[in-house]
This record gives sequence, C-alpha cells and structure tokens, in this order.
Amino acid sequence: MSCSSGTGNFVKLSGLLGEIHRCALVKMSMNGKFPASTCRLPANSRLKKAKEIMHRSNSFKKWNRYLIFLWLLGFFSVGFIWFLTSFNGVPSEGTEKIPPSCEDNARILLQHFNVSKNQLHALASFFYESDQVAFLECSRHSGPEKPSSDDITCALNVLCSKKPDFEKQMWVAKSSELKDQCPVRVENTPSAHDLSFPEHDSYVVLNAVSSLPWEHHTSRKNISRRTAPGVQSKDHCENLSFCMVKGCWLLLVGLVLSCQIPGVRLKLWRSRESEPAPLQPVPQKLQLLLQQKHQQQAQGPPKGAGKWRKKLLIIFVLMGILTSIWLFWHLNQKINLRREETLTNMCDERARMLQDQFNVSMNHVHALALLVSTFHHGKHPSAIDQKTFGEYTERTAFERPLTSGVAYALKVLHSEREQFEKQHGWTIKKMETEDQTLVQDCLTENLDPAPVKDEYAPVIFSQETVSHIVSIDMMSGKEDRENILRARATGKGVLTSPFKLLKSNHVGVVLTFAVYNKDLPPDATPELRIEATMGYLGASYDVPSLVEKLLHQLASNQTIVVNVYDTTNSSASISMYGTDVTDTGLLHVSSLDFGDPLRKHEMHCRFKQKPPLPWTAINASLGVLVITLLVGHIFHAAISRIAKVENDYREMMELKARAEAADIAKSQFLATVSHEIRTPMNGVLGMLKMLMDTDLDVVQRDYAETAHASGKDLISLINEVLDQAKIESGRLELEDVPFDLRSLLDNVLSLSSDKSNDKGIELAVYVSDRVPKVVVGDPGRFRQIIINLVGNSIKFTQDKGHIFVSVHLVDEVKGACDVGDKVLQQGLNLVQDMSSKTYNTLSGFPVVDRWRSWENFKTLNSKDAVEDPEKIKLLVTVEDTGVGIHLGAQDRIFTPFVQADSSTSRHYGGTGIGLSISKHLVELMHGEIGFVSEPGIGSTFSFTGSFAKGEVSSLDSRWKQYDPVVSEFQGLRALVVDNRSIRAEVTRYHLRRLGISVDITLSMESTCTYLSNACGTSDFAHLAMILIDKDAWNQERVLQFRSLLKEYRQNGRLNVSTNFPKIFLLATAMTPLERSKLKTAGFVDNVLMKPLRLSVIIACFQELLGNGRKDQVHRKKSTLGTLLREKRILVVDDNKVNRRVAEGALKKYGAIVSCVEKGQDALDKLRPPHNFDACFMDLQMPEMDGFEATRQIRSVETQVNENIASGEASIDMYGNVSYWHIPILAMTADVIQATNEECMKCGMDGYVSKPFEEEQLYSAVASFFESG
Amino acid sequence: MWHGIDMCSLVYSFAFVPCACEHQGIVDDQFTQLRKLEDENSPHFVMEVASLFFEDCEKLINNMAIALEQKQGVDFKQIDECIHQLKGSSSSIGAMRVKNACIAFRSFSDGQNREGCLRCLQQLSHEYSLLKNKLQTLFRLEKQIVAAGGSIPRVH
Repeated sequence: MSCSSGTGNFVKLSGLLGEIHRCALVKMSMNGKFPASTCRLPANSRLKKAKEIMHRSNSFKKWNRYLIFLWLLGFFSVGFIWFLTSFNGVPSEGTEKIPPSCEDNARILLQHFNVSKNQLHALASFFYESDQVAFLECSRHSGPEKPSSDDITCALNVLCSKKPDFEKQMWVAKSSELKDQCPVRVENTPSAHDLSFPEHDSYVVLNAVSSLPWEHHTSRKNISRRTAPGVQSKDHCENLSFCMVKGCWLLLVGLVLSCQIPGVRLKLWRSRESEPAPLQPVPQKLQLLLQQKHQQQAQGPPKGAGKWRKKLLIIFVLMGILTSIWLFWHLNQKINLRREETLTNMCDERARMLQDQFNVSMNHVHALALLVSTFHHGKHPSAIDQKTFGEYTERTAFERPLTSGVAYALKVLHSEREQFEKQHGWTIKKMETEDQTLVQDCLTENLDPAPVKDEYAPVIFSQETVSHIVSIDMMSGKEDRENILRARATGKGVLTSPFKLLKSNHVGVVLTFAVYNKDLPPDATPELRIEATMGYLGASYDVPSLVEKLLHQLASNQTIVVNVYDTTNSSASISMYGTDVTDTGLLHVSSLDFGDPLRKHEMHCRFKQKPPLPWTAINASLGVLVITLLVGHIFHAAISRIAKVENDYREMMELKARAEAADIAKSQFLATVSHEIRTPMNGVLGMLKMLMDTDLDVVQRDYAETAHASGKDLISLINEVLDQAKIESGRLELEDVPFDLRSLLDNVLSLSSDKSNDKGIELAVYVSDRVPKVVVGDPGRFRQIIINLVGNSIKFTQDKGHIFVSVHLVDEVKGACDVGDKVLQQGLNLVQDMSSKTYNTLSGFPVVDRWRSWENFKTLNSKDAVEDPEKIKLLVTVEDTGVGIHLGAQDRIFTPFVQADSSTSRHYGGTGIGLSISKHLVELMHGEIGFVSEPGIGSTFSFTGSFAKGEVSSLDSRWKQYDPVVSEFQGLRALVVDNRSIRAEVTRYHLRRLGISVDITLSMESTCTYLSNACGTSDFAHLAMILIDKDAWNQERVLQFRSLLKEYRQNGRLNVSTNFPKIFLLATAMTPLERSKLKTAGFVDNVLMKPLRLSVIIACFQELLGNGRKDQVHRKKSTLGTLLREKRILVVDDNKVNRRVAEGALKKYGAIVSCVEKGQDALDKLRPPHNFDACFMDLQMPEMDGFEATRQIRSVETQVNENIASGEASIDMYGNVSYWHIPILAMTADVIQATNEECMKCGMDGYVSKPFEEEQLYSAVASFFESG
Repeated sequence: MWHGIDMCSLVYSFAFVPCACEHQGIVDDQFTQLRKLEDENSPHFVMEVASLFFEDCEKLINNMAIALEQKQGVDFKQIDECIHQLKGSSSSIGAMRVKNACIAFRSFSDGQNREGCLRCLQQLSHEYSLLKNKLQTLFRLEKQIVAAGGSIPRVH
C-alpha cells in the first residue's frame, strides 16, 4: 500500500513535472522566436532566413542554458519523488491493517468472554436446580472449558457458601457484562468495575484483569506480525525507487553530456577556424575558406553528435518503457501476494475460530458427559432422569448452538438386557438402517427390537429435540458402533463422517463421548477404559449452521467463499459446508482439528470475486511511461532544435565564407582592374602631354589640356580606389624602412609647390628638433597622407593665406604647460594676439586653434601609457586658411566617397575618398586622425602615427644624397630677417638642417642694430648670409646693409679670409625677370624661392658659396671603373652615333677615348708605337671592315715584334715596348658563334655586344686588363 | 614613391616621357643605359648623341629616298649600306621601332623589292619622326627644368 500511494504521488508529481517542462519548453521557444511546432521558414526570402539564422545562432547559447536548467529541474524532481516515496512508506503502513485486525480481535475477545460467561451462566442454571455437592467435581472437570478464567474456581469456592448472595452476584455480573458489550471499552473495564462496584471486589474484576493482558498481548503480537510485511514492502519500495532514480540520473547525465560535448567541440572548432584568417594573402585566404567549407561538409562533427544523442534518447525511451513494464509487473505481483496473504489470514482465522467454537462445543458435550457420569452414575439413586436430562439439555442448549441434540446411551451388556428392558419398560430397539443413525423420520415403536448382541447401547436420555431416539440401540448402526467403540477406547470425543441430518437436511457429524464410572488416569489403556465405560453421550452437530454463524460474526465474510471438507478419505473428500464454487483463482486450504485425530477436516477459502484490475500498478507504470515519453519528447524537441540550429549555423558559416570569398574576390578584382586601367592610362596621359607639346592651336590645346586633366583625375581616382580596395581586402601592409622624415616633407613640398605658387599660397614645413632625423616606418604611406591633406588644403584655400605642415612628437604636446617649441607656442598664444591686426601665423591670416584638433586623441589623453623607448609617436598637423568645413558635414568627412556636401565636388572636384584612405592609413600606423575646422577661417587636420627611431647609418642612399653637401655649411651663421616669427622659425629650421646657426631679427631696422652690435664678434665673423623675407624687404635698407658691411670690412674688423655675407631674398612668387633684375641690380646675391626646402637652399647656396666642390660628390665607382680608369681606348666605328655612344659609355668608366671612323684610320692610329691600351672595333665598316683592319693591325704588330726580336729595330723606336699586342675587341650587334670564331681567327681578343652591357663588357675587358 | 598623379610637374613629365616611350616600344633599355651615362661631366650626353643620330638619320633617309626614286635601276647596295648604318645607330641609341623598321626594310632591299622598300621607307620615316618628337619633348622638358632652377633627376 505504501508503495502504491508513493507511486500515486509520483504520478501526480510527474504530471506536474511534465507541466513544468512544457512551460519551460514553451518559454524557450518563445525566447528563441521559433516555436518548435510552428517554426516554418519562409523559403522564398533568403535574406530573412539569413537574419533569422543569425538570430538563432544567438539563441543557441540560450538553448544550452535551458538544457542545463531542464536537467537540474529533472534532477530535483526525481530526487524529490524519491524522498517522498521513501518517506511515505513509513507512516502509511502502520495504520493500514490495524483497524480490521483490532476489530477482529475485539470480536474474538468478546466471543471468548461470552463463552466464559455462558459457561458460568450454564453452571448457574444448573446450580439453580440441582445439588451443589457435586459442583466441585464438575467445575474441576469442566476446567478446560474456561481457559481464560482459571481463577474462577477459587473465587467461587469462597463465595459459594454465601448462597443468597450468589444469585445477586450473578445478575450483577451479567449486567456488568451487558454494559461491556462495546468492544472499545474493553480495556477500561477494570476501572469501570472498580467504580461501579467498589464493595464487590470480586472475581469479575479478577477475571477481567487476568484475561485482558493476554488478549492485549495477542493483539499486539498480531500487530507486530502484520508490521513485518509492511516493513518488507517498504524496503522493497525503497529499492525500487532507488533503482529508478539511479536510472534517471544516468540517463540525464548521459543526455546532458551528449548535449555538452558537441557544444564544446563546436566552440573549439569555431575558435580554430577564426585563428588563422587575418594574415593570409588573398588567394590563400580564398582557398582556405573553401577548404574550410569542404572540411565542414566532410567532417560534419555536429551531425555525428546529433546521431549519438538520438541513440541515447532512444535508449532512454526504451529504458523508460521497460521500467514502466517492470514496475507494472512488480506492483501486480505485490498486489497478488498481498491478496493471497489476506486470503491466508482470513482463512486461517476462520479455520481457527471454527475449530475453537467446535472445541468449545465439544468441551461442553464432554462436560455433559461428566455431568451424566457424576449425577447419573455417581448417585444412587440417580439424580438424573429423562425429564431432568431433557430439561437441562434444553436449557443449556444455548451453550451448544451447533448441536441439534444430545442423547445419552447406556452401555448394556446382553446379560443385563432383560433386566434393563424390564427396568425401563421398553425393549432395546435396533436402528432401521445401519447407516442412518438418528436420521430416520419414524416412530420408535415401529422399530424392531435389537437383535441379540454382546452388548447394547440404548439411548436412555435425550434432548427433547431428539427424543425419538430413546431406546434405540446405538450399537446397531455401523457408523455409530464404530464411533462408540472408538470413543470408549480413547476416552476422547470421536466424530463420525458427515451425513445428512434428519430434520434440517443439513450435513452434520455426530460426536460421541464415553462416560466412565470412575476417574481414569490419562494414560489408561483402552481395555481399562472399556471396562470403566458406563455409557455414551452423543451430540449431533449441524456443521453448515455452525460455519455460517461463525462466518457471520466475522468481518468481510462477503468477500470470501468458505468450503469445509472432511478429508479423512483423501481420495474422496466429503463436503461439509459450502456450495460448489467457481474457480476464482486463488485458493487457500487450512486444516481443521476438531479434536478427533482420526478425522481430518479442511477449510477451503476463495475470494468471491475475481481479482480486480491492479489499478495502482497500472497507474504507476503508466505514470512512469508518460513521464518517460514526456521527457523523451522534450529532449527530442531539444535535440532536433539543436540539430536544426547546428544546421543553420553550418549554413550560415558557409554563407559567411562565401560572402567573405566574394568580398575578397571583389577587392582583388578591383585591385587588378585598377592596375590594368592604370597602365594604359599612363600611355594616354603621356601622349596627351606630348600632344600638348606639339604645335597646336588654341582650341586644340584647350581640348588636349582638358583631356589631360580628366585623365589625371581618372588616374588619381583609380589610385585611390586601388588603395581603398587594398585597405578593404587587408592587403595593404605597411613597410618598415628607415627614412628621413625631413627630406620626405621637402619632397612633398616640392610636389605641391607648383599649385601653391600658382594660387599664391605660402607653403611651409616645420619639423620639431625633438623628432629624430631618421625614423622607421612606411615613407610612402606617410607621404601619401600628407600629400592628401596638403592637396586638400591647397584645393580649399583660395589665393590667400598659407598651408603649414608641422611635425612634433606627441610627447611635446602632452604637457601643454611646458611647450618649448616656438611653433607649438603659436597655437597657445593665438588667442592672446587676437587684438593685433595681423595674426601671429605663417601668413598673418587667422587660423583655427590647432590644439582642438587633437584634443580627443586617446594617445594624448592617456598620460600614464608606458612608451617603448624605441618607439616614437609623431603628431603631424596640416593647417590651412581655407574655406573650412561647415559644421553639419564635419562628422562624415572620413566616410569614403562622401564630401562635405554635394556642391563640394562641383566646386572643387575630387572623389572624397582621400580622407577615408588617410584615415585607414593612419589607423594602420596605430594613430588617430582628427581635425578642427571653422568655415571662413580654415581647417587644421592632425594625425598621429607610430614610428620607430632609426639609425642614420641604416638610411638608404636615396635619402643621403645631400649628406656630403651639408657638411660644407657646418658652422656657418645666418641672419634671418622676417616680421613673422613663425616664418622665421621655419627658415631657421631649414637652415639648421644644414648646420647653419641662425639669428632672427624681426625687421630691417633691428637688423641694423643687430649688425652693429655683433660687429667684431666671432659670430659676425662667421656670418655668411643674411636672408630677408620679401615682406620685410626694403631696398634702401639693403643698400644700407651693403655699405655698413663694406665699412666694417674696410675697418679691418672683418677677417680677410672670411667671405662677405651674402644677402638672399626669400620670396613666394617672383618671376625670373624680377629675380634677375634684383640680382643684376646688386640688391641681393640670390633669390630663394619658397617653399623652402633643402635641395633648393643647397642649390642656391652652392652656387654662391660653394667653390667648385662638385668633386666632393663622389659616385660609387663600379669595378669597371677601376679596370678602365685612365685607359686609352680607341673606338673604331663608321657610324658616328655608335661612336658617340661607345665613347660616352667608356668615358663613364674613366677611360680616355679616341674615335676613328674608318678601318684605315684605326690602322694608322695603331701602328706602333702608340699609347692605346685597347681598341673597340666595329665589324661592319665600309671600305675596310673590322676583320680586315684587325688582320692588318696584327700583321703590322707581328712585323714590328719580329724586328725588335731580331734586333732589326731598337726597342726605343717602339716606346720601349718589346712586344706589341693591342687588345682588339669586336663590337657587334649579333653575337653568334660563327662571328665569334671569325673574330678569333682574324686575331681579335674578344667581342662586346654593341649596346654595351656592363656585365659583358666587364668580363671581356677583365681578361686582359686585370693583370695590368 | 610617386603616388599621386596630381603633381603635374615638369619633373614628373620628364620622368614619365621615357617611360611612356619605352612602354610604347619607341625606345628600349639601351636608351635608359644611355641616360645613365649622363653625369656632371657630360650633362647633355643623350641630347648630343640624339642630335647626331637625327642628323645621321635624316641624311640616310634622304639618301635612300633618292636612291629609290631612281627610275633606271635602284642601287640596292647603297640602300643596304644605308640601312645598315641606320640600324647600327638606332640600336646604339635604343630606338627600337626604328631599328625594327630597318630590319624589315633590309629584308625588302635584299629581295630587291622596290615597292616594299618604298613602303618601308615611309614607315621608317614615320618611326623616325615619332622618335624625334619624343626625344625633343624630353629635351625641352629638361631645358625647362634647368630653366626653372630645378635639377635634372638622374637615372641611376
């Protein structure tokens, strides 16, 4: 029961659990926006799908969380169920069986009590009419009848003397017993008696007290006995639930693992995938992507995991089904067992009670026998006659409710027959039929007298009900005779086999007791017993009514069918009670002992109904099944969700890969196409340029110029698009090469100078002293950014003002308070100088506050950043006085192809891609770009970039081209006269690069004072130049200077060796005519054209200061140079172009070249003695070709040599050379083997290909020049 | 290094013209080699050689034209010599297309094919004028640069 109630709870709980799970599922699906049942993707909209997929992949994580939640929930619920089942088992079982058993017990107790009471009552009635003398004996004999009231006898003994009281007391007892009818109050009886009858401290109390503990004890024993199976079943239950919980646990863990593992794998897979992507070159990247895609398709790890999960789920469901089947079987078994047990209990109980009742009756009959023995045979004359006996038996019939009647038959020997018959006045009759004792329905008178026998057993007394059997010889019936014989031999009650009773037509048995004349010892021999036999007392029992009455008393007699059989003859048992029954399955057989060892009786019990359907088992197993299926469904849904999400994920990855591939392909295409377009565009542009150089009329020239400008725009656009594509495809990588930042800026300046000069804008560059000379980075890209910004500035600045590029270290601007740099101070002092008419800027026009352009830079604001000492951060600002950017457009100017507004491109052209590219490039340099702009005032763009410090020695020669020149100016001094301090600073910066120290005066007037002050000092001695800006120019003052300087010189205060200071004019725009005018007028020594840059300054200074120091610029000579240096070489070629080219080439290597154009001339030249070291000879010449010439030269030489050798000619005649052999090298355009052989044949030493190739020339020349 | 084309300076053009010529096959690497020979000692070497070439070329073309116009028997030997001369000098200066024209011309003159020769002469003179135009542009640019105070970028 406990188990079933537990499972009942389980079922309920599982229902709840299912509900919760479903809730969770619904919630999940709602969160995921794709309910499992309703999720149908719109197949037509791919975009939507992709979006949804994205969304799903997001919710994938959520899903995992939900799974864990689900698992936890399942775990807790299972744990809870387990707890409940184990807990329920304890209390429920105690109360289950007790009430009925208690009731039964109470009834039994009551019955027993009643039996005792009846006994007493019978005794009382007997006393009422008979002597009390024999009572003692009687009560002693009847002792076994009252097993529960042993103490009675003593009490009675004492009380018997008070006869008057006795009756009263009996009555009292009776009444008190009536009161005690209610079984519940049994236990209270003692106290109740005590209260109601305090003066009669009598046996009733004693009786109750003595008997009750016993009963109590039994009932308790009963209880404990009944508890045992309960405990057992509880244990069983625990085992069962524990197994279930374990199973559930394992399955859940398995499922969760199966969910988790692919998740981890997925993650790993994803991270592995994302790793190698960024640094791959494009084709590899493409390939990689494709490869990944293939791998994905080939491996499909999540798919495998999905299968695995599905298998687990199937196993789980199967196990659940098996569990539910097993549970059903198990519970059913238990129910059957319990049913059987119940049946056994009931059957046994009935059997025992029947047996008890029968025994009680039997005892009573026995008592009757003893009564007869005492009062009939023990008295003379007999105290009992038929009347007494009849009356007594009739009155005590209530004691033997089951007997239909009792009779006493006297043992009469044949010798005594006549006397006996005479005495009683009737003859001993014989039974009509032998086997129908007491049954026939006929008058005694009609019966025949008994035949002669050894002895007879005529009935002398009988109960009224069976008075018809008086005088019948019991020995005449076969059954009865056997019975009598057996009874007297054993001294115990003996039973006949069952037969039909006469009147009631019920089946009955006859019990026979022998009456002895004396008290026999229990171990008396049968002979002794036969001897002592006086007569026989018989009682007929109506078995069916006995059983019926008994059953009636018991509870639940409706449920079972009882059959009683006599099984003395085991092969043919005789039914004593009960109808024929249908087989209802269960059968319990309890043996009955009616006190006759020869006879065997059995009680068969069956349930009336067939067993009902085991609902608890069905419910429990169904519950488990439902839970299993529910959980299975949930997990199935989850698994299919996961699979779906994984599928979507894969699909998405594929799409992503494809998109990325497409993107890369696009960029690649762009890059390729741009490049392909650029090449022919160069041709177009070049041709247009050339066309413009031809003689064109005005209209044609205009067309050509327009075409050229458009072509240039197109090219620049293509370049920008190419850059953008490169940046987008990630192919743009920055170089790390050392470069001279200042030269680079000069270069930019020189490129932009044309336009700025056209517009009349002043253009200047300033680099802070703290910026190292050489930095490591990407000069091209750095330059591109600056060109872009400067180009923009030029574009948007109209005919006035300036563009100023300045480079500082980021560290310089970090601490605004201690700015040492004068140019930087400009920005700070800007506000203060607002009052003055002109602004303290490069050109005097107002500018925006450049500090604001970088105030948002992270690198500036993070003050605590620990910098790598080898790294420097440069801050570049490009300041202009242009139109500015209106505020609305300021936030989108870095977007590609977006200009400040659409009118911009109309006015100024351009594509708007430049700033975007610049921004990307700056980002690649780990920098930031920012700007500040005010319409009408101008804009300032700033950017930072990360560079490394470089060594000067690491510089490429390209950057070093001025190095030797610079040393020339080292130590010189210059005076700059400029009314704008910033501009003066810029000039100072440029001059300082040449090692010239600079003093600044702000006006011509102050210059005069400066000069007079400095006059005579060493500074003045080194003063090599005075640079005067055009704004401060004043012709009279210059003349004044001249005279002043002359005066100082004449005064001898100037060292003679030092040169006179040269005066330069710094001008932005000046025509050559003006310049030459100034120069010829003697005002200035030279005019320096702005924008200032090193090359211009050097060129300008060298012209005046340099004393033919060109030689100092040594070129690195090649090895050919060392070979050919100072060699005299004769070139023979009829083609003067060729001749000139060859001459040029050889001269380049330091050779001294002579040329002749005919073979004959060569022959003349090379006639010894001569001073040529080698001859380069053309092969094909008119008149005398190279071969012929060589042959002749060789023959002349041979002759001379012979002459010298033979002494015909003195060696002095031939320049002290003993052996003449001039190396002759053929110059040929077509170097083929045949030519080569022919050359050798005619005496040449080698050949060179006609347009000289350095390598080939070297190898040819080396063979004969190396030694010498 | 030279990214933006928007710097339309003489320097750029000066650098660009030979590149364009080389790209179009007007001149070949030999011309670059010649330009490399220019230095402080012979700043106008290419110009000098080129004017020699122009002079020579014009004379030869003229000769050939006259020779081919002879009604009674064309002197193919003379033409052959002229072509040889022209081929030699054009290859020296790196005038590739002129040289190629010469090669074509020579095959016709070998075959004594007057018509072919005439056609080739026309082609040759066309190539020649093209080359001359280019080189003169270059030299003018050079002069302009020098006049503007700039330095001629040397080919290294």
